Amino acid sequence: MQNNVVISTRVRLARNLEEFPFPCKLNDNGKERVIEKVKSAIKDSNSAVSNDFQFLDLEQMNEMQRLNLVEHHLVSPEFISNTKGRALLITKDNKISIMVNEEDHLRIQVINKGFDLEETYFLADKVDTLLDENLKFAFNKKLGYLTQCPTNLGTGMRASVMLHLPALQKTRAIGRIAGNLSKLGLTIRGIYGEGSEPKGDMYQLSNQVTLGISEKAALENLKNITEQLVNQEKITRERLFKSIETKDTVYRSMGILKYAKSISHDEAMQLLSNVRLGIVSGEINDVSCETIDKLFTQIQPAGLMVKENKKLSPEERDIIRAELIQAAL
Amino acid sequence: MKCQKCGMREATTHIKTVKNGEYAQYELCSQCAKEMGYTNIFSDMENEFSNFLGSFFGNALPARTQAARCEGCGSTYNEIAKTGHVGCADCYETFWEQLMPSIRRIHGNTTHCGKIPHSLEYTESVEKNVSEKNESTDNIDSEIQLLKQSLEKAVKEQNFEKAAELRDKIKELEGNKNAE
Ligand SMILES: [Zn+2]
Ligand SMILES: [Zn+2]
Repeated sequence: MQNNVVISTRVRLARNLEEFPFPCKLNDNGKERVIEKVKSAIKDSNSAVSNDFQFLDLEQMNEMQRLNLVEHHLVSPEFISNTKGRALLITKDNKISIMVNEEDHLRIQVINKGFDLEETYFLADKVDTLLDENLKFAFNKKLGYLTQCPTNLGTGMRASVMLHLPALQKTRAIGRIAGNLSKLGLTIRGIYGEGSEPKGDMYQLSNQVTLGISEKAALENLKNITEQLVNQEKITRERLFKSIETKDTVYRSMGILKYAKSISHDEAMQLLSNVRLGIVSGEINDVSCETIDKLFTQIQPAGLMVKENKKLSPEERDIIRAELIQAAL
Repeated sequence: MKCQKCGMREATTHIKTVKNGEYAQYELCSQCAKEMGYTNIFSDMENEFSNFLGSFFGNALPARTQAARCEGCGSTYNEIAKTGHVGCADCYETFWEQLMPSIRRIHGNTTHCGKIPHSLEYTESVEKNVSEKNESTDNIDSEIQLLKQSLEKAVKEQNFEKAAELRDKIKELEGNKNAE
């Protein structure tokens, strides 16, 4: 049932090779050598995972395809801001990715659907251990894994869960919660859009502190707080659904999504969120959560353009977006 | 450069983002960046850190450290404070004193606790092994003891491949001991 609130779990490890300066101080030749080292470290490890990795050359991709990687949370905007000297290794199922020469030499990332911090960390740790056999990571006994930005020192681990919190958002409880979370070493922020009201009521909760706290303790802390947030969200949902207003909003949203001929990104995100709230509360039964979760990613601008395989104006995108949503519902 | 949002304060935060299907960059003051809730799933706290260093230490540096350069990458502390980017692993040694206060401020702690690279794990266990060997009359026993500790750790961490490896080693040693 927690899957209703937690959409996905992500663990990212930052690592650097001891013998090279960090990417910000590394020339193109050095970056190429780092890429080669990482590639062969993967190849030389006798692990089942290593065969699953494929190498994506960002320079061979067009801009839409690169942007689409960002929309799928597979790489950062920073990563595609300059493709020279950078490489992406990614498994065929898109679950494990390694960004080479982003802010750090390596950013190992694992994404899983639903709420599963143990399994997600287990996989990331496994890939790290595998690479550690053939690469010498920059490490200091006191400061842990050394990173370009001191905010990642220590474990280099950023674990996060993607949460759908429409009820806490609608009741404005999220602002109060966010303030308290930082005292617990966690941060929460919106995933889509800017400002205090993120689009689609999607949030990311992640650990903030990486030095002086073990991976295990950080994961446990994140897990506990997530469970509490999930609980609060569920209680608030029940309360909301006692009023006809909430039900009305849910069904109206469904109506617009089903029949609109043109729909903007922001509007679609909000309506999808409303419908998702209706589904998880048992109000709507003929559409699944998975369908909605897929749409959240598919209706992003670059994703639409990749699908149509051409550059589209915002107006054209709004029409295609409406068609796509209707086909899915 | 002035902040692109308010046009008043100095821009200190460089934002890279994807918006409406296009790649975008903004120069913002830290307040506007915060108000806009810079939100991308990946934008860690890099920019906040450069603000940290800039505001707390950038201005009040003794001349001696301003001139010092890291031997590994050539960075000066001023450069690091300005960009928020540490240049290389050696920088941490070179600018230890200057970096420590902000590291403590960020993490509330300055001593690593958690995973370590296997090369260090090895040297640590050898160090331990050597010292225990000197004290212990029975080398095999102490080695088995050490391996058992590592095994426990591996199981706890669910590192089953390693655990299996260790288990085999222990069995082998115990076999040797019994054969003696
Ligand atoms: Zn501003
Ligand atoms: Zn350096």
